[in-house]
Amino acid sequence: MTERSYVEVKDLRRVFDVSKPWLNRVLEGGEKQYLKAVDGVSFSIAKGETFALVGESGSGKSTVARMVVGLLPPTDGEVVIDGVSMSSKAAFAERQRLRRRIQMIFQDPYASLNPRWQVDRIVAEPIRAFRLIEGEKEITARVGELLSLVGLHPADGKKYPHEFSGGQRQRIAIARALASNAEFIVCDEPTSALDVSVQAQILNLMRDLQDRLGLTYLFISHNLAVVRHMASRIGVMYLGRIVEISNGRELFAQPKHPYTRMLLDAVPDVGMTGRQRIPVRGEIPNPINPPTGCTFNPRCPFANERCRAEIPPLLQGVACHAVHEGRLAIGAAA
Amino acid sequence: MTQPVLSVRDLRVEFVTRRGILKAIDGISFDIGKGEVLGVVGESGAGKSVTGSAVIGLIDPPGRIAGGEILLSGMRIDNLPPEEMRRVRGKRIGMIFQDPLTSLNPLYRVSEQLVETIRTHTNLSASAARKRAIDLLAEVGIPAPERRIDSYPHEFSGGMRQRVVIALALCAEPELIIADEPTTALDVSVQAQIIALLKKLGREHGTAIMLVTHDMGVIAETADRVAVMYAGRIAEIGPVRDVVQNPLHPYAKGLMGAIPSLESDTDRLVQIPGSMPRLSAIPPGCPFNPRCPYVFDRCRVERPEPIQHSEHRVACHLYDQSSVRSEAVA
Repeated sequence: MTERSYVEVKDLRRVFDVSKPWLNRVLEGGEKQYLKAVDGVSFSIAKGETFALVGESGSGKSTVARMVVGLLPPTDGEVVIDGVSMSSKAAFAERQRLRRRIQMIFQDPYASLNPRWQVDRIVAEPIRAFRLIEGEKEITARVGELLSLVGLHPADGKKYPHEFSGGQRQRIAIARALASNAEFIVCDEPTSALDVSVQAQILNLMRDLQDRLGLTYLFISHNLAVVRHMASRIGVMYLGRIVEISNGRELFAQPKHPYTRMLLDAVPDVGMTGRQRIPVRGEIPNPINPPTGCTFNPRCPFANERCRAEIPPLLQGVACHAVHEGRLAIGAAA
Repeated sequence: MTQPVLSVRDLRVEFVTRRGILKAIDGISFDIGKGEVLGVVGESGAGKSVTGSAVIGLIDPPGRIAGGEILLSGMRIDNLPPEEMRRVRGKRIGMIFQDPLTSLNPLYRVSEQLVETIRTHTNLSASAARKRAIDLLAEVGIPAPERRIDSYPHEFSGGMRQRVVIALALCAEPELIIADEPTTALDVSVQAQIIALLKKLGREHGTAIMLVTHDMGVIAETADRVAVMYAGRIAEIGPVRDVVQNPLHPYAKGLMGAIPSLESDTDRLVQIPGSMPRLSAIPPGCPFNPRCPYVFDRCRVERPEPIQHSEHRVACHLYDQSSVRSEAVA
């Protein structure tokens, strides 16, 4: 790639200790237990691009998001943003400058805004924290500008979050994210709590802002249709690993990994009334005790001995022995 | 025509509050036939769940049914005394709620909950009831039901729990099942399994199903007919294929356009300006008029009544023959 990627995630891992308390382990016996929430995830995002991670609950997509913004330290691996490693101790000052340019939008707009603060104080918080603008008058002007940018009225700044609907609150969260002149925004299920017509408003707004401000998005969602609409490249996660990564159009036209095929087939789509679907088998296994080899093997119709023993590497955008060996033809969606 | 399983006539539900009476449901009518799945869609606050609760008689004060009739196989059930309604509920109407964890008692084994429900509504012996419970679990697709039946709800995954809840709703072989957002808390792959299960039940038992959801995709997959609700009224009702592919009501049009598709590329989604009005501030005339792109004078003053238009019934002045503007949106 000639173009240097803006965000680079290298072999990110996160292990959670989910053991019983020490005393219980001593009295009742039992080993320490670890949960590998994220197990070697790598991807890169170019500037101005939207990269999406999609997967079912427990696939580790939100954990990746939290590690990328630095809310959660990775157990292993590295996040490099604009050439600066987020984990290196040396470049502290540089990392500080970088932090300002990374923001996050959360799923629940009811929980992510302080209910006791007026909206203008919420939106001004990053400006004050990073000392971006001096002088109250200038800050007020900037907050008004930000509120208009996301489709609210500058006078709305005097209200409290409870006076707004879910969609408007998500607009406030976006205004707050933009307040520090962020360039890279991590969106963790930004529209899952919203109704479809409001979701459409927010998705349109996010795309408009991207065009105007050249934003880079990491978009986390479980909704494949939303992801298709928003992202140029998509990574599909299953039990802490990326099983397939490809550009949006290709992923939906020619899914390679059996899990992606199953997932696409499972989505109820408005267009396909009355269509027969291939029944989905099983559920996502317990991540504390994942299957050996390819973690998808118990649900996979193409699994063989190798799949049960050996973890497939991510080659040419897909982590599947059956595809690598040519056992599984790459065709249109089943 | 055969008698519908559920017939709702001009139902009104109100909530009395300090600030006045809120009309949550304002005059809706629909029928569900034997083995039919009626989808009820709408956004939060449209009144879809209240409709479900009204049918099953679970509207708690300060809410009350203020008018209209609910008929279950021809028998009026909205004015039954509580004790009689309790017998109808569970025996003749089953209910599936959104969150499977809260609709099961965490302190009792699944077997106890199923057997209790079966014995309340039938006169089976304890051992026969247990056998029936195992059959039900097998029917809803729980592997190894004879072993799993003695587990506690927390030992099941979300999808399996929802299957247990469906088994509970089926205990007394009800004529009607009300499923309120049955798949919303589940992952897509599990959701597809539950949808398939619901369809199978309607087909094999002839159970009428009222499926309340905000997910148009689920409706398109499952329902035979669909009612689109807005601000406590039915904006449009008709066969699912027609409503999904050729909606008539401007709100239904906007709603369909707002859904991102898996198949086609659209640059921008259709955006309906504004949001659903609060119940305390429903505009006069057509409740959708402040957001409607085709609004004209009559919409602001006169409430549109449902009009038959081919196979749909649509509550919109645009389709009224006496209205001049009807050709404007073809």
